[in-house]
Amino acid sequence: MDTRTADEIQVPQQKTSWMEFVKTHFRDYGMLLSLLVIMLFFQVVTDGTLLRPLNLTNLVLQNSYIVIMALGMLLVIVAGHIDLSVGSIVGFVGGLAAMMMVRWGFDPVTTTIACLIVGGMIGAAQGYWVAYFKVPSFIVTLAGMLVFKGLTLALLGGMSVGPFPVGFQRLSSGFIPDMFGGEGFNYTALFLGVASVAAIIYFSFRSRANQLKHAVETAPFGLFLFKNALLAVLVVAFCYLMATYRGLPNVLVIMAVLIALYAFVTNRTTIGRRIYALGGNEKAAKLSGIKTERLTFLTFVNMGVLAGLAGLIFAARLNTATPKAGLGFELDVIAAVFIGGASATGGVGKVTGAVIGAFVMGVMNNGMSILGIGIDYQQVIKGLVLLAAVSLDVYNRKK
Amino acid sequence: MNAILEMRGITKTFPGVKALDNVNITVKAGEIHALVGENGAGKSTLMKVLSGVYPHGSYSGEIVYEGQERRFSGIADSEKLGIIIIHQELALVPLLSIAENIFLGNEQAQFGVIDWSVAFAKTKDLLKLVGLKESPDELITNLGVGKQQLVEIAKALSKKVKLLILDEPTASLNEKDSDALLNLLLRFKEQGISSILISHKLNEISKVADSITVLRDGGTVETLDCRAESISEDRIIRGMVGRTMEDRYPKREPKIGETIFQVENWSAYHPLHSHMQVVKNVNLNIRRGEIVGIAGLMGAGRTEFAMSLFGRSYGQNISGRVSLHGKEIDVSTVEKAVSNGIAYATEDRKTYGLVLAEDIRKNVTLAHLEGVSKNLVIDDIQELAVANDYRSKMRIRCSNVFQEAVNLSGGNQQKVVLSKWLFSDPEILILDEPTRGIDVGAKYEIYTIINRLADAGKGVLMISSEMPELLGMCDRIYVMNEGSLIAELDIAEASQEKIMHAIVKSGRR
Ligand SMILES: Nc1ncnc2c1ncn2[C@@H]1O[C@H](COP(=O)(O)OP(=O)(O)OP(=O)(O)O)[C@@H](O)[C@H]1O
Ligand SMILES: [Mg+2]
Repeated sequence: MDTRTADEIQVPQQKTSWMEFVKTHFRDYGMLLSLLVIMLFFQVVTDGTLLRPLNLTNLVLQNSYIVIMALGMLLVIVAGHIDLSVGSIVGFVGGLAAMMMVRWGFDPVTTTIACLIVGGMIGAAQGYWVAYFKVPSFIVTLAGMLVFKGLTLALLGGMSVGPFPVGFQRLSSGFIPDMFGGEGFNYTALFLGVASVAAIIYFSFRSRANQLKHAVETAPFGLFLFKNALLAVLVVAFCYLMATYRGLPNVLVIMAVLIALYAFVTNRTTIGRRIYALGGNEKAAKLSGIKTERLTFLTFVNMGVLAGLAGLIFAARLNTATPKAGLGFELDVIAAVFIGGASATGGVGKVTGAVIGAFVMGVMNNGMSILGIGIDYQQVIKGLVLLAAVSLDVYNRKK
Repeated sequence: MNAILEMRGITKTFPGVKALDNVNITVKAGEIHALVGENGAGKSTLMKVLSGVYPHGSYSGEIVYEGQERRFSGIADSEKLGIIIIHQELALVPLLSIAENIFLGNEQAQFGVIDWSVAFAKTKDLLKLVGLKESPDELITNLGVGKQQLVEIAKALSKKVKLLILDEPTASLNEKDSDALLNLLLRFKEQGISSILISHKLNEISKVADSITVLRDGGTVETLDCRAESISEDRIIRGMVGRTMEDRYPKREPKIGETIFQVENWSAYHPLHSHMQVVKNVNLNIRRGEIVGIAGLMGAGRTEFAMSLFGRSYGQNISGRVSLHGKEIDVSTVEKAVSNGIAYATEDRKTYGLVLAEDIRKNVTLAHLEGVSKNLVIDDIQELAVANDYRSKMRIRCSNVFQEAVNLSGGNQQKVVLSKWLFSDPEILILDEPTRGIDVGAKYEIYTIINRLADAGKGVLMISSEMPELLGMCDRIYVMNEGSLIAELDIAEASQEKIMHAIVKSGRR
């Protein structure tokens, strides 16, 4: 009998060099790199305005709802679907919050909870048709987009409703107060930054040690160090800048927690794994005992809740609900996910990618506004960047 | 006789894998040249190099065809010169008609306007040539695999073929269809068409091949000339695996116990035509430690039966009783069937078996994530250990378990599907054509694993169109025809003749 094992038959694995590793993992690093290049570009052409603490804070506030929705949209797209209705849900939930607090006298906490539930219910209503009736999500959410755009108008009676109680405004305009009582410098912000860097480094070292112990292919140590150091410097520098202004916005913290949560869910949990399998091959997933319908349904419920949250944050930021709120947000969100490397046919995409994609869109919006480029050409440029990013990705994958 | 094709020193690497290493092959004009080798030996890759799927520049070495060196930059180039390849996985458009498929990309058109009467007339001639009695406007979805295969060949013929390449054309055909196809090849040979035939069915190769090139681990081992002397199957196997194999089926002393699995009055109707009963009152049982086979012709309803049983994955109006260890169990959804200890490894790995864009590791654990997770959180390291374990147990040929399933050779994909179900640790394992497209050596290993499962007191239900396989592996064989079980044979009394006899007899009724 031939007793060779598969390990002996395989080609011996060479020690991966820097260049090779970067080449094979280009897609992972490429996106982050392009974000940095875009930021650098705008930093230069705006004479340093982009990274001023005030503007940086604005950038985070302006982008938070896109990032939050991109997390949900990523799951929807990975599952092989699309949700065109999120912009309308933002408007509707914002309007509902305004009516509840301003007209009907509910307190912010009750309103927030109710609005998140309503968001989830809207997602459920749409997910039901997609998952159990097999109506294409494109159609269902296109219908949803029209329905909720109309309902927003009806709800608000075509008028803007505001302003909100101060407690609710804090959701968007509040900052984490300084526990250390610094004057003009928010030590808490810096502290949180350093603490999260420490946590990130601890976990990445631990997982690397684990990988080495089990002989998994790992990034070369130099590259690993470089990556962690770069991340640490970026986070700390960012927090330092924020500390010199008013500290970390509440929204930023919500956003960071959600990003960490969704990254964990997609990478490490069974439900995440199943969503990828569902998008990759629905029939095979089903025959592997995965409840594909329920999973599809749940991704839409999740999307609805996150769109509701985004609606609340957006309304709080404007301090008024208008019938036009959320208009066209779905385009930015979907673009962010695709720029981040998700595949339109499902099964492929990463949380980090979607977040980076959202920031690419955000930085461009912000930078071009500073430069005074009109909304007309902003759209042209954003469209071209989307096309370029995805083409590059497709090209890279073919190689 | 001079050579129509010579491939010299072909080397092709994929990231991390050297799929072909200095391969040489010479095909003489007007011969049937067989290409054999284990799963992942590089047969399909070599043919993709030849036909331009992998263009010149992506491999090293040279291709001399009809006396000239050729550098194909795509399939169109090789097709122009009469090299036509029929891939391992069929490539027809299901919702187009036979005629539309045959002339796809080669439309009978003037100024872009298709002349359907010409196309239909030509299609009719081609279908007659390959012996397919179907109307040219029949849709591909309505044809069985065997007929689809013939359409592929008709398509090849429509292109003035000189060198026909067939990659495992008979893998999913029954014996009759296979024979028809092989006879077709012999007829082509008389007309001067050369062909290259890849197959794991060595009896077919002995039957039609004029010469045989053996690949192993990406290199040429030898070329055998069948004209000079007749080459035995054992001789071919020796070349393929580098050793002699005494037995095709591992020996086993069956230790059969009480009945553990029972299906009573199982019926199912066609998913679209609710009056068509596809599975008719099936009653069967499996005892502890027993391997039970279901024989039958292609289209006998065996897959439909198995899939309707496994979480109602096929058909409608399903009725019947299933019990395990004497207790009735609920198999109304796949999830329930799996958690009640039933597993079904599909015959159609690409459509129903694998998530192609995911790596081996994720595919192996997909049906039993609970086995590698705690509180819904997956333990990466444990998962990796499981995947590596199956990789070596099943001898999955890959650079590592992070390789995407889409990049595996056909046979190795099949092993991944089997691993997935073995890992779910079932009480009853239903195998649908478990060794389709798998080489002789690996078959032996898969048989060993099936035997081990039976010896551990589980029950195995094996559906196969290869009767020798059923006769070599099973303890008892049911015969199915047109959706009903028509005979039950103990292995001691079973034979190919008896099975065929039962089928023919029931067909006459
Ligand atoms: N696109 C690819 N990327 C990486 N590796 C590949 C790719 N295609 C093939 N391989 C590898 O090349 C080797 C040869 O594959 P090939 O498909 O030619 O095998 P084969 O002889 O046709 O096997 P089978 O009998 O199972 O069909 C395998 O180890 C396979 O994993
Ligand atoms: Mg092959």
